[in-house]
Amino acid sequence: MSQHVNPVEPFLRMERMPHIWCPGCGIGTVVNCFVRALLKTQVDIDKVSVVSGIGCTGRIAGYFRADSFHTTHGRSIPFATGLKMANPELSVWNFSGDGDLIAIGGNHFIHAARRNADLKVVCVNNFTYGMTGGQVAPTAPLHSLATTAPYGAFERPFNLPFLADSSGAVYVARWTTFHVRQLVKSMEEIMHKPGFCFIEVIAPCPTAYLRRNRLGDGLEAMRHYKQSSKVVHGADTRSVDIELGGPIVVGKFVDRDRPTTLEAMRDELHKSLGDKYVPYPTGVQR
Amino acid sequence: MATAGRDGEGAPPRRRLRGEVFIHRERCKGCAFCVEFCPSQALALDKAFNRKGYHPPVVVKAEACNGCDLCGMYCPDFAIHGVRVGAGVDDEG
Repeated sequence: MSQHVNPVEPFLRMERMPHIWCPGCGIGTVVNCFVRALLKTQVDIDKVSVVSGIGCTGRIAGYFRADSFHTTHGRSIPFATGLKMANPELSVWNFSGDGDLIAIGGNHFIHAARRNADLKVVCVNNFTYGMTGGQVAPTAPLHSLATTAPYGAFERPFNLPFLADSSGAVYVARWTTFHVRQLVKSMEEIMHKPGFCFIEVIAPCPTAYLRRNRLGDGLEAMRHYKQSSKVVHGADTRSVDIELGGPIVVGKFVDRDRPTTLEAMRDELHKSLGDKYVPYPTGVQR
Repeated sequence: MATAGRDGEGAPPRRRLRGEVFIHRERCKGCAFCVEFCPSQALALDKAFNRKGYHPPVVVKAEACNGCDLCGMYCPDFAIHGVRVGAGVDDEG
C-alpha cells in the first residue's frame, strides 16, 4: 500500500496541492531531487530547515513540510543566516529564484558567500521573473525578450557560478532540471558540507520566458538541455556564461574548504580573548 | 553469485530489473517529461483527459519498466513514481 504513495508526499503539505507551478515548469523537479537527497542521506527532517523568498521558487518553503520560512522579497539569505546563527545544528536550505536571490537579494548573496555562512543555497534559474509577468532579470541572456525588454535584453547577465565562486562560496555546481541524478548527488554532497554551498539549477519557465522567446514549451526546453549541455567538472567558472539558445556548461565547478562564519568567529575571539571566551557551538564537525 | 539478493522464486532466467509505475491521474498537468525521458519507453500520453483537461501518462509497456523512478524524479506535479519490484519485495507475500 505504501508503494502507492509518492515518496515526495510525506515531505510536502499535500493539503496545499495542486501547487501554483505551470505545466512544464521545472521547480517541482527540483523539489523531487531535494526529497530524494533527503531520503538518501537519511537526515533528521527536524534538523532541516527550508527558507525561501518571493517568487515562484519561493513557494517551495510554503509547500515543504519541514520547519520552513517564507520570507520577504530577496531576504531569504539574511533570514537563513540568522536561523543558522541561532541554531547552529540546523541544516539550513535556501531555495530561491534568480530574481529573488541575485537581483533583489544580490547583496545578501555575495556577503553570505564572502563570510562563508553555513547555508545551502539552491538557485532555480529560469532567466526571468515568472510570477510577476516576465520582466527582464539579471540572468536574462543577451538579446532575450521580456516584457520590460521588448526589443531584446541588452545588459550583460550575471554568470552565477562565477559570482558565487569569486565571492567565496566553498561549493559551486550548476545543473539543469534534465540532470536529476546529478542534482541529487550534488545535494547529497552538500548536505553535510560546512560553508556556503551554491547550486544553480537551470529550469524552464514555459509561460514567461520560453513562450516569449519562441523556445517552445517545457518539454522542448528539457530536450534542449539534454542536447546542448556539456558536463565539465572543475570548469573555470569564468567560462560558463549562458547565451540565448547556446550550450550550457554544467557540472561541479568548485569544491574547497574554508572556515565558516561561526568557526572564524570562534577562532578569532579565542585568539584575542583566550580562556575568557566561552565557545559558541559552530554546528560543524570537521 | 556476484549479484546477491535476486533469489526470489520464479526469477526470470534473464537478469533484468522489474518495476511498477504508479500514476496519480488527477494531479498531472500533461508536461510529458516522464514520457519523453523514460529510459524504457514504457509510457505514453493518454488520449483521454483528466478532470483538469490534461492528458496524463499511461503505461503502454508495463513489462519494460525497470522501476528506476526517473519519471518520479522528473514529474513536477508529483503525479507519477516508479518502484522496483522483485528482489526482496515479495518476501512478505
